[in-house]
Amino acid sequence: MRVMKLMLKNAFRHMLRTTLTILGISVAVVAFSFLRTVVTAWYAGVEASSPNRLITRNAVSFIFPLPLAYRDQIARLEGVETVTYMNWFQGVYIDKNQFFARMAVDAQTALDVYPEFLVPPDQRDAFLKERNACVVGADLAQQYNFKIGDVIPIEGDIYPGKWEFVVRAIYQPRDKTVDGTQMWFHWQYLDERMRQEMPGRAGEVGWYVIRIKNPADAGRISEQVDALFKNSRAETKTETEAAFQQGFIQGTGLIIQLLNFLSFVIIGIIMLVLGNTMIMSARERTKEYAVLKTLGFSGSHLTALIAGESLMISIMGAALGLFLSYPIVELFSLMVPKSWFPIFYIEPATIVLGATSALVVGIVAALFPIQRALRTSIVEGLRFVG
Amino acid sequence: MGSLIEVRNVSKSYWRDSFEIPVLNNISLSVAEGEFLGLMGPSGSGKTTLLNLIAGIDRPDKGSIVVGGTDITDLSESQLAKWRSNHVGFIFQFYNLIPVLTAFENVELPLLLTSLSKKERRRHVETALSVVGLADRMHHYPKQLSGGQEQRVAIARAIAADPTILVADEPTGDLDKKSAEEILTLLERLNTEFKKTIVMVTHDPRAAERAHVVRHLDKGELQ
Repeated sequence: MRVMKLMLKNAFRHMLRTTLTILGISVAVVAFSFLRTVVTAWYAGVEASSPNRLITRNAVSFIFPLPLAYRDQIARLEGVETVTYMNWFQGVYIDKNQFFARMAVDAQTALDVYPEFLVPPDQRDAFLKERNACVVGADLAQQYNFKIGDVIPIEGDIYPGKWEFVVRAIYQPRDKTVDGTQMWFHWQYLDERMRQEMPGRAGEVGWYVIRIKNPADAGRISEQVDALFKNSRAETKTETEAAFQQGFIQGTGLIIQLLNFLSFVIIGIIMLVLGNTMIMSARERTKEYAVLKTLGFSGSHLTALIAGESLMISIMGAALGLFLSYPIVELFSLMVPKSWFPIFYIEPATIVLGATSALVVGIVAALFPIQRALRTSIVEGLRFVG
Repeated sequence: MGSLIEVRNVSKSYWRDSFEIPVLNNISLSVAEGEFLGLMGPSGSGKTTLLNLIAGIDRPDKGSIVVGGTDITDLSESQLAKWRSNHVGFIFQFYNLIPVLTAFENVELPLLLTSLSKKERRRHVETALSVVGLADRMHHYPKQLSGGQEQRVAIARAIAADPTILVADEPTGDLDKKSAEEILTLLERLNTEFKKTIVMVTHDPRAAERAHVVRHLDKGELQ
């Protein structure tokens, strides 16, 4: 207990220096947590992917459609539970800066394939009954103040024209890893308009989502799906949902790697800040360490004393930093449109990583001062003039 | 009375860059149990080095030092640290108290290395501070004490664990005359009343007068 007290008193012997060090560490931990959260948000789609969902898209590119006729052939394969399909609709709501995912879906099956979108039964029925109804995520509804019965006017771009959708359902994400900023409407509504206005684009779907019974069959079913349409007008590429999502963020891989790298550079900066403080502190106490050795304190006692002080400072800095990270990340998520980072929260893994890094930094920063304290003989230490 | 400290043919040199500086040259010395030995000599004569060797905070190049039947030159670093905590009370010229600890906590420091309970440690500390006449200042920090009081706390720290020997390196060197007298009287009392064996290095002839035996060192040799 006394040794703990001595560590604490030593840590705050230079109040200003220690306070600045703790603040420095906490700022770095905030930056680390923030960058890690951005990286996590980037991979959120991949992380939230279901292992029993496969995505079948055009083998040439995601932007090329597939015939609706593929649906029944896929559905007949062994191990396939449900097949649904979607189109990326896009369009402009208010202006081009108001971005959120707008998709035409097969309403009957889409909500079955995505059980993580929780829709109250009465709203689900209302959505299914009305041709131009849409379902929006709770986060999106909150952002734009959408209520049941509201009409969302959208200026089409990929599918030109003026479109109006009536909000008939608001889905709640099952947990915070689920995107709550999407808007789905009936694919049939889109297809009807295409038949009338652009017949060449009727009967086309963007991609199929296949719900399979057993995730272990993903490889086999993917191969079978692609084999079905080999040498056809529109060959397919089938992959797990996670691989499909990964493909989306591949282009930004370098930026993400850079953010990842930067987050670890920050750990290095923390180490230098704390290391500098510990070296200065230990140097100033050279004589005191010699006195403690004279009294009979061993090398392991001094090691515990120095490492303990270093850990104490790093833990205080990390705790403050992690504590501050929550409101800062929350503030950021409020300041930027929800649809930019639909899933933006500090993951428990980020906290564990931040705390573990602080412990490692605390120990590493103490190594040089410990080595110096142990190597300095008592006689040299007693003669030391700081 | 048998001899408690036996210094046998001890030599010690220091190295400054590539120069060897001999400090002690084949020194032999016996200190009886309960003795108050004064070591005098000019600066650089090797008296502090001899004191450090006896206290086990430095090692000789040659020879052996036996204290209470233990040849401390044979001990490893960790054994030597343990031996010091059990057998040596060190009094420094500049007190060397830990500034962030109170008088009580400073005196308690060597007791943290023992198996004493908190209650027993408190009793030891209070006794030691009473012996040096500072029981009423136990919660004061070093900066709140005078030089003489700081040295008395240092003496309380040195005797708290009831060591076999007390070694004092110029204990009055940083004190005014009155405080120096008080410290010397205290050391004398520790020797006579509490039967502590004391080895004291001093420049001050008045301090040396308090010792039973005074040995002079010059150029690394005992006169």
